[in-house]
Amino acid sequence: MTTATRSWEMRQRSLLPYAVLAGIALAIVWVLVASGLWTDVLRYRKDIIYLTKQHLVLVAVSGSAAIVTGIGLGIWLSRPAMARYAEATIQAVNMATSIPTLGKLALMMTLLGIGPLPAIVGLWIATLLPIVRNTYAGLRAVPAHLVDAAQGMGMSPGAILRRVELPNALFVIFAGIRTAMAVNVGTAPIAFLIGGGGLGELIFTGIDLQEYGMMLAGAIPTALLAVAVDFLFGQAQYWLVPRGVNPLRNS
Amino acid sequence: MIRLEALTKIYPSSHGGTASVDRVSFEVGAGETCVLLGPSGCGKTTTLRMINRLVAPTSGKVFIDGRDTSAADPVELRRTIGYVIQQIGLFPNMTVAENIGVVPRLLNWDRTRMRRRAEELLAMLALEPAEFLDRYPNELSGGQAQRVGVARALAADPPVLLMDEPFGAVDPVNREVIQDEFLRMQKSLRKTVLFVSHDIDEAVKMADRIAIFRAGRLEQYAPPDELLGRPANEFVAGFVGSDRTLKRLRRITVGEVMSPADASAAPDAPAVAPGDDLRRVVTLFLERGVDVLRCVDAGGRLVGVVTRDAVAVRLAAGANRNGPGASRR
Repeated sequence: MTTATRSWEMRQRSLLPYAVLAGIALAIVWVLVASGLWTDVLRYRKDIIYLTKQHLVLVAVSGSAAIVTGIGLGIWLSRPAMARYAEATIQAVNMATSIPTLGKLALMMTLLGIGPLPAIVGLWIATLLPIVRNTYAGLRAVPAHLVDAAQGMGMSPGAILRRVELPNALFVIFAGIRTAMAVNVGTAPIAFLIGGGGLGELIFTGIDLQEYGMMLAGAIPTALLAVAVDFLFGQAQYWLVPRGVNPLRNS
Repeated sequence: MIRLEALTKIYPSSHGGTASVDRVSFEVGAGETCVLLGPSGCGKTTTLRMINRLVAPTSGKVFIDGRDTSAADPVELRRTIGYVIQQIGLFPNMTVAENIGVVPRLLNWDRTRMRRRAEELLAMLALEPAEFLDRYPNELSGGQAQRVGVARALAADPPVLLMDEPFGAVDPVNREVIQDEFLRMQKSLRKTVLFVSHDIDEAVKMADRIAIFRAGRLEQYAPPDELLGRPANEFVAGFVGSDRTLKRLRRITVGEVMSPADASAAPDAPAVAPGDDLRRVVTLFLERGVDVLRCVDAGGRLVGVVTRDAVAVRLAAGANRNGPGASRR
């Protein structure tokens, strides 16, 4: 079998979950249309567009801030100079992870008041932790002899990080980012509860008023966003992690 | 040329620290292969790593071509020294071509030059360039990976090569093959090689000179024939083994022991070539029950004879000789 057909088969395998999801989505749409709920949902078209924009800002700002700071923090903790404090810090990070996200948002509200800012900060913290943990673990798992070989060949510490350590940890780092973004997108609707806006407004108001159309007008875009974000980062993981260290691309 | 002067490494510990390498001095001539040999923990690897300053010496100096390496920037220094380790250490995120191109890239070579160099090196190491350049390390066998490791160390054509048990992870059959390839390559490249090993057979096969270490000290520094023929002390004798005379046979050629003969000499005796080593000679002595062998050149012409006596004289001479390259303590 040639490399091309093999990689095509692997591509298909990695796309399979999304095909299944698309099937389920179609079934749901059919139910909605058949039951007439669809027209109820479409009544909120303008709200959906307006709140989706807000929602995307929440996710994009907190998510990208978490990716940048999380990877940075993970790298910093993995440096030899930090070895004495790294494990303790990671333990603290683990503990912070166990605080429910709603609790984190509530804490942010006490500290920063209501509005988008505390919501973004709360989401940022919730999203940060898996990225820090995976970046640190991924970098620590890079075999010592690779770093030794790199040093012995005259790579500078910065070059070793960029060209040896990070590429070899990248798959694990991406796994952390995917977990983190799933948390982020899943938590973003709660931001409404502390005045952060977003699609949560339709969901929670819909629940309170027992307006299923309104509720679904918030829930369906949220679900689609979650799938889209995971697809995006899944593809990034597939294509950006070098083939030699990418389990998805060599089996 | 590499010169070590009272090179010492002391790792601090609660009771003051013990010397991992203790005032080691020796000199490796340009184009020579020196094998650092000894049991594990004897300081041979630490010595090697002090040459490219992966380990900072506690005291003492290393000179390469007369220049004190402590004056150089360690990172720059390492780019002029090839480095091969037992785990090979190919970067799994890079293709074979990219791995070989690591040091050239640090030296800012252009792309086509790097690619050409990688092709050239793979061909030299008996790997088909078209087939291997774009493979990843996880698509290589152990022996192939080890060859790429050597190619990577040679990429920027460094005059000095440090090898830390480079063939230790390869199975015995492939190890012989790679050793032979390396010897053939070294014949034309003439790199100055420092080679760590714990295998006396490998050392005898590869080395121009062997440095035997024990507990951080250099016990003997001598060419293989002398080391085997005249071990400096009990430890060296024990380490090279009671069959050290048999081991010497590998490094002595027929040319060294043959005597001229006229065309009529020993017409029925088995024939050997001047380049054969004495293992072949002794095997024929024993198998055929003869005392004399004819030595013929590639064209089949008689160039001399080898006798049992001549072999005995050569082995005895090595065992008593004093002269240049005698052991230094």
